[in-house]
This record gives sequence, C-alpha cells and structure tokens, in this order.
Amino acid sequence: MTSLKKQGNQLASSAFQLEVLKTLPSGTPSFATTLSNHEISSISPLETKILQLNLGYMCNQTCKHCHVDAGPDRKEIMTREVMNDVLSVLREHSFQTLDLTGGAPEMNPDFRWFVEQASQLVPHIIVRCNLTIINANPKYYDLPEFFKQHNINVVSSLPFYQKKRTDRQRGNGVFDRSIDALQRLNGVGYGTNDSNLQLDLVYNPMGAFLPGDQATLEQDFKKELQETFDISFNNLLVITNLPISRFLEFLLASGNYDTYMTKLVQAFNPAAAAGVMCRDTLSVGWDGALYDCDFNQMLELPVATTSSRNIRDFDAEALLNRRIVTANHCYGCTAGAGSSCGGQTA
Amino acid sequence: MKKTYYDPADLAKFGDIAEYQKPLADSFFKYYGEVFQDGALSKREKSLIALAVAHAIQCPYCIDAYTTDGLEKGASEEQMMEAVHVAAAIRGGASLVHATQMMSKVDEVSM
Ligand code: SF4
Ligand code: SF4
Repeated sequence: MTSLKKQGNQLASSAFQLEVLKTLPSGTPSFATTLSNHEISSISPLETKILQLNLGYMCNQTCKHCHVDAGPDRKEIMTREVMNDVLSVLREHSFQTLDLTGGAPEMNPDFRWFVEQASQLVPHIIVRCNLTIINANPKYYDLPEFFKQHNINVVSSLPFYQKKRTDRQRGNGVFDRSIDALQRLNGVGYGTNDSNLQLDLVYNPMGAFLPGDQATLEQDFKKELQETFDISFNNLLVITNLPISRFLEFLLASGNYDTYMTKLVQAFNPAAAAGVMCRDTLSVGWDGALYDCDFNQMLELPVATTSSRNIRDFDAEALLNRRIVTANHCYGCTAGAGSSCGGQTA
Repeated sequence: MKKTYYDPADLAKFGDIAEYQKPLADSFFKYYGEVFQDGALSKREKSLIALAVAHAIQCPYCIDAYTTDGLEKGASEEQMMEAVHVAAAIRGGASLVHATQMMSKVDEVSM
C-alpha cells in the first residue's frame, strides 16, 4: 500500500477533501450551524499548554485509516533549522507538554538530538510511537532505553487487543510486532507498577463506527493484554476517526460516508465541543507552519492570524486572540464522549 | 409500495412511527432507552443479547443496528458470533425438544 499522494489520488488534495466534506447527507446541518443551534458562537482558544510537533510524514507503516496519509514514500520532514526555531520558543515560553508526532517521529534523523535539547526545556514530552518502529531496524532497538533516559511519555496505537482487527487496519504482522515492542517497553519499566515511566495506548475504531466507553475499553485491554501477553500499560486513550485523508477515502470507497457523517452529527455533544483539544493545543507542521490541530494541518487550514503563522514568528497574544478554524471534519471531535489526542474529553 | 420489503434507509426512520401514534411511540422509545442502560447487565452484555435476539427473530434492521452497536461497545467478532450461536442453539433446541411430543404421540397411537 502506498500513500494517497503517491497514488495520485485526488483525496491527497486538501482542497478536494474540504470540498467533499462540504457535502453532508440531506437535511444535515453544517458544523457551524450546529454550533450556533447550541448557542456556541465559536470555539475560542485558551492559553497554549501543549505544543504538538509533526516531525514529518515519513512512516514505516501505511495504516488504512491514517489521517496524515503517512508512509515510507512521504519525504516531508522537519529540518534542524525549524527544530531550532521551536527550541527558541520553548526557551521563552512555558508549555506543559511537548507532543511529538508524525509519521513515525523517530525516523526524523534529528529526532534524538531534538529530544535531548527539548527535554531540558519542557517538563513533559510525549512521543507518539507506532511501536513497530522499535523493531523495524537494529538502529531503533535501543529506543525504549532512549525514551526511558529522557522520561518520555510513550503513547502508542493499538486498535485492538486481537491480531485480526489490528492487522486489518495497520497491516499484516503489525500486531505481533506491536506486542513484541510493548514487551520491550515493559522490559525497561514502561507501564509497570514499580516505575513512573508512562506508557499509554490509543484505541480507535476499525471502521465506520464510533468508539465505546473509554473506561470499559481500558479494562478490556488491560485484562486481555495482561492475561495473553503479560503486558501492562497506564491509560487507554480512546479516539474517534476523523473523516479526512485515508479514513475519508475508506468512507467514500466503502459507501459509508453518509452513514458515518450522520452518526457523528447525531452524536454532537456540546460538552465535548467545550473540551476540544484545539483550545489549548497548537500544532506545528514539519515546515514550522502553525495550525489549530494536526487535522487542520493535514487539511492545510492555517491558524487565522496574520502575524503568527509560523513557529519562528510565535506570538502568544496574537494566537490567544485568534478564531479557531472549524469545518465539518470537526464533528469527529464533538461526537459522543468527544475525542482528542488525549482521548475522550466529555 | 416499494419493490422490496426491506430498505436499510428505513432503519433511520424508526422514530417516524410516532407520526401515527405519538403517546405509545414515546412510551416505547423511553422504555427502549432505559432497557439498554447499564444495570445488573452491562450495556455490552445487553447489546450482545439484542444481537442474538435479532438473529432469532431474523430482523435485518436489528442485525444491522446491533452489529454496529456491538463493535462500538468493544465486542470482539468471537463474542458476536457466540451470541448468534446461542440464538441458533435455542432455536434448534426448541425444534428438537418438541420431538419428545412426537415420540409421545408415536407411543400413544402405537400398539
Ligand atoms: S497511523 Fe501512525 S503508524 Fe499508521 S501510517 Fe499513520 S502515522 Fe504511521
Ligand atoms: S478538528 Fe481540530 S479544529 Fe476541529 S474541533 Fe477538532 S481539534 Fe478543533
């Protein structure tokens, strides 16, 4: 499987995705209309607590649902120059968390250098590790040790505690290799009772349906992974699939687009709208461009400020006064118990 | 009348039954909602029971709805298939247990 971009699929174009998303099943209100029906004039930003960096779209996997359209054929990568711009901002402003994502962020050649620098400037660093990178190549075998050395919070996708469902979404053999990687992480102390090394897993539905209750799924995952593979972890973060990029392609190709959008819209929850992650998270693209979230980054919807659109021009006040850019894909964040990079929100 | 008896789009129109008789529909949907809340049985257990019953009564709407619902509740494929086997076992067993009636009748009319 290759990325939509490599295939020349028209859904690789963010403009085309936004056009598709404008069309909702008949009688379905747009996201903006739903907000105003609930007397929410707009989603307003709070002070930025989390800076999420996309270190590049290159990945060793090509998962079917990937909202980044990542894969081995993607070449976009954050340079050391942009990383230096980020470090300057970290020196001048305090954030609670630096969240490193991709692609596989570890494939960026400056990943380790950057983590070493950043870990002196910010108290909490998340690495969104896809697990299979750990055993993809001998040069990555020591990643668990490296994460431990820098007290990284490892957050890893495992769509289900069974092989069939996981491999269907993430590729053949991914489940077995993810289990091996989790055992290696447990081996250095991650996710175990006697350490503070935090290992969180991410669940997302393997198709056109909404996720269930986070606490119940966490119990299932803990029981099944412990009993079958002797694996432990801290929290399960439950995420809804947003209708963009490769998941949007799946929805359209399988004829599930209308049903899924209707489901998201019918499940609109004002409490989840109040807790959307773009309020206190800012996304930085591989080229330094600023976005309200990683999804807006993929849709190439930049932050609505004129003065602070790149990390090198970071202006906390201008960003605090911006309007968050929303469209119909945002229904994915506000359905049911809500969804964010930190799991359910309501 | 449409050319087929069943149309997946009709499932979404279930609520429309209130157009002809609102108070009864309202009572039914309220009761329905309460039945599926967590109680002595969890929401997922109830969803799997609903899936089994859907197969026993062979309702395509309910099979559609409770397959998705089972997935949403985190049920595995094995759990969903075992639920259907429960329905099949009870349906099959219900036929077979009546064989005792047939056997009694054979005794009754035989010399
Ligand atoms: S979902 Fe994650 S692991 Fe899968 S292709 Fe996308 S970035 Fe890579
Ligand atoms: S998609 Fe992005 S902008 Fe829209 S609600 Fe979710 S986090 Fe906010």
